Amino acid sequence: MNREEILEQLQPIFAEVFEDDTLVVTEQTTAADVEKWDSLSHLTLIYEVEMNFGIKFQMKEILEMQNVGAMVDIIAREAK
Amino acid sequence: MTEKTFSELKKKSRSSAEGLPRFRLALMGDCATQHLATALRGAAMDRGVNLDLWEADYDQLQAQILDDQSELYTFEPAAVLLYLCSEKLYDKFAKCPLEQREQFAQRTYEGIAAYWDRIIATKSMQILQYNFVELDDRVFGDYAAKNDGAFITQLRQLNELLRKGAQQRSQVAILDLQRVQNELGRRTFHDEKLYYIAKMPISLQALPAAADIAVDRVCIMMGRVHKCVVLDLDNTLWGGVIGDDGINGIQIGELGLGRAFTDLQLWLKELRKRGILLAVCSKNEKDAAMEPFLHHPEMVLHMEDIALFVANWEDKASNIRYIQQTLNIGMDSMVFLDDNPFERQAVRALIPEICVPELPQDPAQYLHYLRSLDLFSTVSYSETDQIRTRQYQEESSRSQAQQQFASYDEYLESLEMLACAAPLDGFRIPRAAQLTQRSNQFNLRTVRYTEAELEAVAASEDYHTLYFTLEDRFGDYGLIGVVILHKEDAEAAFVDTWLMSCRVLRRGMEEFIADKIVETAKKNGFKRVIGEYLPTAKNKMVRDLYAQMGFADLGEGRYQADVDTYQPHTTKIKEKTV
Repeated sequence: MNREEILEQLQPIFAEVFEDDTLVVTEQTTAADVEKWDSLSHLTLIYEVEMNFGIKFQMKEILEMQNVGAMVDIIAREAK
Repeated sequence: MTEKTFSELKKKSRSSAEGLPRFRLALMGDCATQHLATALRGAAMDRGVNLDLWEADYDQLQAQILDDQSELYTFEPAAVLLYLCSEKLYDKFAKCPLEQREQFAQRTYEGIAAYWDRIIATKSMQILQYNFVELDDRVFGDYAAKNDGAFITQLRQLNELLRKGAQQRSQVAILDLQRVQNELGRRTFHDEKLYYIAKMPISLQALPAAADIAVDRVCIMMGRVHKCVVLDLDNTLWGGVIGDDGINGIQIGELGLGRAFTDLQLWLKELRKRGILLAVCSKNEKDAAMEPFLHHPEMVLHMEDIALFVANWEDKASNIRYIQQTLNIGMDSMVFLDDNPFERQAVRALIPEICVPELPQDPAQYLHYLRSLDLFSTVSYSETDQIRTRQYQEESSRSQAQQQFASYDEYLESLEMLACAAPLDGFRIPRAAQLTQRSNQFNLRTVRYTEAELEAVAASEDYHTLYFTLEDRFGDYGLIGVVILHKEDAEAAFVDTWLMSCRVLRRGMEEFIADKIVETAKKNGFKRVIGEYLPTAKNKMVRDLYAQMGFADLGEGRYQADVDTYQPHTTKIKEKTV
């Protein structure tokens, strides 16, 4: 799976978790850009991504992820 | 247990709550509860309940409970849900000096019980307490089982103490969160990352189930309990098709997949013993459908377990409506079990209120699945629950019989009613006293008597007592009426007490008793009978009884009958002697 495919697969998850059907994220998108992206919904997002891609983030990664691109990095590495 | 995911519940929690009944719930925990709150709202909405939820700030239990002006109390919830997590419990345990660890469970219990009692004393609300999920630090390995001071030993003791404490307090219910962890496994129930990052001890995967057991309890508090299971037969209660395979070919007991169906029947029988009604709704010839219940040696359920047996070729929704009307219970208190997805869908579509579990394809999974749904939680249990099936069976035989008669009189005639009337004796006084204490509706003057008082009345020459029993061809109602006549003067007998069980209304028993009253007065030399109606909040149904029975209205609730001109009634009740 390449980065574009991963990003595409992430779109509906973001839309769902942050309750915004029009939301489109890029690799540069950060929590500050999305209204409902706070520490709580971040955990819901992590859970949904883990379930969807069949991977597990490490605690450090969850806390230090700077933008969507960082998430894509990890998925690209972990997902088969 | 719900099959919805956390995301689905979250979405559900945002759907319109318009028109749904509301329930005020307070939520307090010693850990982060925001996600639990979301899951609770969603799970409640999924069951048609608009949860009005107030959530305490993180770890504010003590302050909220002790301050009687706190938000907890000003919110005035119907119930408060308390969640104390095992992880925090372990932190406390670790700080507990070694020599005090054997008392750790007892001390912790006392602290929690003090919270409960404080809440109970401050405001009237139900308390829902999650128990502690098992967490084993493995410090002692399996030697913990022999060590009173091991954490897991203390945790288990604490759960047992909570259980006993709740037994002593009607306001407290224990929610078995440990069972949820058992079902899912600790690895699924708890997500370490989530706990370390956000102090959430329950994983998002387990939250729906954890929320669901709380919502179950809320639904019960709102009076939503399941009272009846409607059962399909072929491939639901036994393997195979009775009409094709015959009584020797269906799978139950040791034949084929039989054991799975046997276990399901055993479970249903336990439900029946607990007071849940079982009804059959099958597309079959009735004789064929009944045969296994009557003659198959390995059937666990028999005809006497079934409150109502319906087997015909009508559609199931109509038959279920018939069952519901005959048993006279709410549609939302019924559960329908059928292996056929088409039938399930049809019933759901036509009767949205009924609960239709999505039975797994494999009969081996039926029982496990049904148990996990937890459809039959209850807040109380009494001995009368056990005989309910028989009472309903008798009632439904009566109403079935009723359908076949052109007129009500003809129906009454067919009941072959036998009543007896006799003066109270020592054997009947306890039941009669109980009736004077409990009867509110069909009770003309609502005079309450203790057993001792009634004994004195029965022995007195100034009083004449009567008790009445009634039976018909479907069953025996036992003692259903009490009359006490008091000598007002040489010519007048005053009806001090006339009460009757509402179960026998409108069968001619009112007339039968009225006639007996006048007859008894006459036999004892009185010229007149004086009746009186004393209104209460509950006895409006007998306001005009004396007038209907042919007594003359004297005004101010008093009525009179002249024993010589009184016209006795004709009823369908035959009199028998004791």
